[in-house]
Amino acid sequence: MSGPKDAVGETMGETLLAVDGVSLGFGGVKAITDVSFDIRKGEIRAIIGPNGAGKTSMLNVINGFYHPQQGRITYKGQTRSRMRPYQAASQGIARTFQNVALFRGMSTLDNIMVGRTLRMHRGLFWQMLRFGPAMREEIDHRRHVEDIIDFLQIEAIRKTPVGKLPYGLQKRVELGRALAMEPELLLLDEPMAGMNMEEKEDMCRYILDLNRHFGTTIALIEHDIGVVMDLSDRVVVLEYGHKIADGTPEEVKADPKVIDAYLGVGH
Amino acid sequence: MLYNIFIDPFVQMVQMPDLLVQTLWEGLVSGVLYALIALGFVLIFKASGVFNFAQGIMVVFSALTLVGFYAKFSSWGFSGHAAAFLALLLAAGVMLVLAMLVERVVLRPLVTQPDIILFMATFGITYVLIGFGEIVFGGDPKQMIANELFLPSGSVDIEMLGGLVSLQKIDIAAAVIASLMIVGLALFFQKTRIGRALRAVADSHKAALSVGISLNQIWVIVWFAAGLVALVTGIMWGARSDVSFALEIVALKALPVLVLGGFTSVPGAIVGGLIIGVGEKLGEFYWGPLLGGGIESWLAYVIALVFLLYRPQGLFGDKIIERI
Repeated sequence: MSGPKDAVGETMGETLLAVDGVSLGFGGVKAITDVSFDIRKGEIRAIIGPNGAGKTSMLNVINGFYHPQQGRITYKGQTRSRMRPYQAASQGIARTFQNVALFRGMSTLDNIMVGRTLRMHRGLFWQMLRFGPAMREEIDHRRHVEDIIDFLQIEAIRKTPVGKLPYGLQKRVELGRALAMEPELLLLDEPMAGMNMEEKEDMCRYILDLNRHFGTTIALIEHDIGVVMDLSDRVVVLEYGHKIADGTPEEVKADPKVIDAYLGVGH
Repeated sequence: MLYNIFIDPFVQMVQMPDLLVQTLWEGLVSGVLYALIALGFVLIFKASGVFNFAQGIMVVFSALTLVGFYAKFSSWGFSGHAAAFLALLLAAGVMLVLAMLVERVVLRPLVTQPDIILFMATFGITYVLIGFGEIVFGGDPKQMIANELFLPSGSVDIEMLGGLVSLQKIDIAAAVIASLMIVGLALFFQKTRIGRALRAVADSHKAALSVGISLNQIWVIVWFAAGLVALVTGIMWGARSDVSFALEIVALKALPVLVLGGFTSVPGAIVGGLIIGVGEKLGEFYWGPLLGGGIESWLAYVIALVFLLYRPQGLFGDKIIERI
């Protein structure tokens, strides 16, 4: 799985997204300082670092929630100084959140259906009458959503309001909603936080399946170092908003700066 | 005393069923109108979590705009049905412009602020609309152009249960139009992509953004929808009495309706409206005399208060599930 060290971009495919010299601050607080890295098509890219290193801020910059003061973001060959959430979503960037952000009043099915919003085009009038082309469209989308539900093995909670579900399942529904967008780039913010061993293993399996069988490019933030090293092709390490290392899991593991900053004295 | 409270009213109801039917009908009609106003509140509350204090004044403002356009047209010698419907179209257009302005000037700059600040901002909108309305249309009551809009007048008298029950035609029309509107809105919310997006925005702004829903667009849509509901409400209320700023007070009756039905539920607004409307009229007619009359104006709030004690989320409101 792990990419070769020198032949940059050869085996992994071309660059899907690149951030270049991005700096982000809130008032006097510097969240990210001059960070550059890229995500290549088809890889699993991990962003790691201690608490407050700017990992989530980085994801927020990529999908347009935060607008950096400096730097450029190049996605699919298009360079911008900032993303907008709508642009990001319509061009295939989907994400999940660190503290699950679901539509709590709605059922699992409806939550995932919302993920299809951008792909539904029929006029309002037809949708209201559930007639003709709109009906066919709705059925097509339902079929797609049912496939996702199968894939994530959440058939049993299809109709349950998500607010009632345990945390681990909520995270799974959230992943389902992101998948419904048929993303090219999937951003996962601590997909395994707060899960038990079994749930973590399930989640790892889903992530690997997505990457291998559907070719989805994945960028993930995770604290469980074991998981990160197993899953990812390349790892970027942030500390206090600076990038301190970037490379394959082996390279990063061996980097003295990373050992100091992140892995601790034990290593 | 107890006899007067618990026995006598029911005896009266049974002895004079025609009066009971008449009272129920009047209650249902005002209930439908309460429901319409409440619906305007629910739309905006669902999509943005904001209690829109300006809904009442939007009812007045839209009705005044409609009447104002028509007056302008007839001063140019252009009157009749065509002019009335053109005025209706233009009034709807004004509500759309208002929705866009509110989104651009009020909501967008305040998007990350707590709900209470947005709530206060709707107070601001209320007073701006009152001031603006008075400058443009003047403060005196206007006549609604009911005939020109093909709304019927007069009444239907039905002989039943040994008496005469009289139904105002305008009330029947109001009930029919309101029902159509409610069915339309329910379909819109439950079955369409935008309806689903609206509910999504209500639940979580950032999650909605992340799937590509545009908050700005959604806000314009709900404020416009609420504006249209206000316009219809304004026409109906206006046709029963007249169009004046006093209508705004009536609109506050929507509050107990919402408490009863739940702030987030369209069916709740309807059922709540009907219960309040009927409850008010029955209370006034059968129990009012015991207290010297005039209980109609506050009975709704008492009913709402009792509800708050036992079912704070309302009849159909979203159950509040909180994990600790």
